Amino acid sequence: MATVRLEFTPEPAHVRTARLVGVAVARRAGVPDDQLDEVRLAIGEACARAVARHQRVGLRDVVAVAFTDGDRYVVQVWDHAGDEEQITDEEQITVDVSASLLQAIVKDLQVRPLEGGPGTEVQMAWPVRRASRLGR
Amino acid sequence: MELSLATRVVAAHTVLEVGGEVDVYTAPKLRERITELLDSGVTAVVVDLARVDFMDSTGLGVLVGGLRRARAAGATFGVVCSRESLLKIFRITALDQVLPLYPSVDAATAS
Repeated sequence: MATVRLEFTPEPAHVRTARLVGVAVARRAGVPDDQLDEVRLAIGEACARAVARHQRVGLRDVVAVAFTDGDRYVVQVWDHAGDEEQITDEEQITVDVSASLLQAIVKDLQVRPLEGGPGTEVQMAWPVRRASRLGR
Repeated sequence: MELSLATRVVAAHTVLEVGGEVDVYTAPKLRERITELLDSGVTAVVVDLARVDFMDSTGLGVLVGGLRRARAAGATFGVVCSRESLLKIFRITALDQVLPLYPSVDAATAS
């Protein structure tokens, strides 16, 4: 099992970096090629969600992501934002659409509050093909 | 790939050609451009996604916001999309039932 960890200040520009790293690790882990577009989208949605949660409450703490290559490919995204302020209609559309996308494209999805403090963890997992794992 | 935006006029429609990635970072630039077009008095907007290779929920939200602004301004608003990976996210979110989607610029401007 190998884990790549990434931490970034809550800026939208860094979400693309997280997507690129996440897809690279997924490819190496053996996630089938025909699922990589969904992996890319899901990682982007989960990281954008975390960035938005931090920004809405003015929190500058880093967003943390872990990409774990094991029996499954597991992505965890942690934010540390508390309850959100009122959001605009367009933001609400994005929040609703993002939730719909994540639920539809990630079969193994868990969203839970962090123990011992404000924030949430999004955990997503995909099966891997052992025969296609690289460098083993 | 960064976002690219260009406009051209086809059959009295202003076609906004979008390329690259429309995500949480770049989508505000798309929102700003759509708003500029509507504020300048354009009455028929077509957003052409033919050269978009990635779009997330923020991009979808901007398109829905564009449709709302266009309707409020008395303008028409269409989206050109034929790429299956993008059509899939429109279907998943049921936004294919909300946004006027067309397979080509010709189809959008003929409507």
